[in-house]
Amino acid sequence: MSPKVIPIFEHAAAASSGCGSKGGSGKSSCGSGAGQGDLSPEIWEKVKNHPCYSEQAHHHFARMHVAVAPACNIQCNYCNRKYDCSNESRPGVVSEKLTPELAAKKVLAVASEVPQLTVVGIAGPGDALANPEKTFKTFELIQKSAPDIRLCLSTNGLMLPDHVQTIQDFNVDHVTITINMVDPEVGEHIYPWIYYNRKRWKGRDAARILAERQMEGLEMLTSRGILVKVNSVMIPGINDQHLVEVNRIVKSKGAFLHNIMPLISEAEHGTFYGLNGQRGPTPQELKTLQDDCEGEMNLMRHCRQCRADAVGLLGEDRSAEFTTEKVAEMEVNYDAQARQAYQNFVEKERADQQAALQTELAGLVSSDIKALVAVATKGSGRINEHFGHASEFQIYELSAEGAKFVGHRRVDHYCEGGYGEDEVLETVISGINDCNAVFVAKIGRCPKDDLEKAGIEPVDAYAHEYIEQSLIAWFKEYLARGTGHTERGEGRLRQGAYIAA
Amino acid sequence: MPYKIIASTCTACTACEPVCPNVAIKAKNGTYVIDPKKCTECEGEDPQCVEVCPVDGCVVVDKSVPRYVM
Repeated sequence: MSPKVIPIFEHAAAASSGCGSKGGSGKSSCGSGAGQGDLSPEIWEKVKNHPCYSEQAHHHFARMHVAVAPACNIQCNYCNRKYDCSNESRPGVVSEKLTPELAAKKVLAVASEVPQLTVVGIAGPGDALANPEKTFKTFELIQKSAPDIRLCLSTNGLMLPDHVQTIQDFNVDHVTITINMVDPEVGEHIYPWIYYNRKRWKGRDAARILAERQMEGLEMLTSRGILVKVNSVMIPGINDQHLVEVNRIVKSKGAFLHNIMPLISEAEHGTFYGLNGQRGPTPQELKTLQDDCEGEMNLMRHCRQCRADAVGLLGEDRSAEFTTEKVAEMEVNYDAQARQAYQNFVEKERADQQAALQTELAGLVSSDIKALVAVATKGSGRINEHFGHASEFQIYELSAEGAKFVGHRRVDHYCEGGYGEDEVLETVISGINDCNAVFVAKIGRCPKDDLEKAGIEPVDAYAHEYIEQSLIAWFKEYLARGTGHTERGEGRLRQGAYIAA
Repeated sequence: MPYKIIASTCTACTACEPVCPNVAIKAKNGTYVIDPKKCTECEGEDPQCVEVCPVDGCVVVDKSVPRYVM
């Protein structure tokens, strides 16, 4: 067997080789320097390699969703499962449904090709626990053939209390519950109906039952030591203010991470909200709410709202490489040792990054200035993406406290086939318009000039260096310039998750 | 008049199959069909396939078949 090329080494040879929409290992994203932070060693051990639970892990490790659970038992106003086309990507949408047997085979195929894979989740496209036989059969098969892979599932919580014991029996230690409200008066505007106890419930009754079942399930899980992440969809005018209350309650019931996501509501998706003109939040509204909710509880800002059949690092989707047809032809070579070697390597790399950051943070002078910056990266915690190839930018807030990951912005590739297109450049700039600088591995003359004209400083001096250390080094220099700091306008939030070009 | 599934709007989400008390629903050619001989219209309770189906108007009464009689 030939040795695997491990993408983390890419930075050494990542100098620009002309433009193209394909190639490379695709995008990733980077976590904040929070690292272990105030997590107990026990929790840290559980989340440190889980891309959806640890900001730091999410640029080193990959996840995959297996779409074995098509049925759902509730209707949400932001969901329409009817369409799947290559131009769209959002939760609840898949290209291919799988049987548990096919899913297990696909997991082995992906694990053999992608050493970063640490986590397999079941997130629909319906609800994992509205399809309990398929979900648990899949877990059983994966556990048998790839015992080092962590299992997780995502649910709306309606059937959760009935399955907590089985979840525990399968050693599933990460469960995500989507909780958009704790008050049925709010819930009736989000959920038109639920199917429960052989009956369709509507309006406030539906929301009340759902909220009660979610709370019961949440408490049952946390009392057994199972980690619970709560996802909430921020719907302006419906639950945006209410989510502060949701945050307080789920925290008090032991949820360990809260992920507030923006509503996706394009009219062409055919959702109730999309068709009725319900808008999603702006990046500033989202960030303000996230900031308001951030107290003792960890708040997640790196979610990419990926599809129920996504494969790869967050922010990338390699599912097209692993269709049922292709998996059937693949020679599966599951090498647990190589996977362990990769994980050990990452562990060391992460320690190095943290040490470098700590050194850099010494000597950061105190000031009230907060600068937002955008970073082009394809993973490994380094500034290693060409400006023109970036399909998303990581956004960091720099202050006397250090560098904090606050979100990501999807953009179209500016550079396709070797030359940029002006229109695309404009939308890229509007996507990061609230940033003072953009960090890239490399950038052409023209976009550089245009960025400068727009007041965004292009920075390529830290190509292939560690992100956070570089940002702090630049920030020190920025403060020392004494040319003053201006807060910039609004950025634009592009909807939907990344799909492979 | 048993129920029938309008294939063109069915998303094949599988939700109806397990909730049918009469085991009348089966997958067929990428969609689902109700066996009119087995469908009892869930007499005495709400028709389960209609209750669980996420697509409005996908499961409807099939007027071409006579009503179910006990």
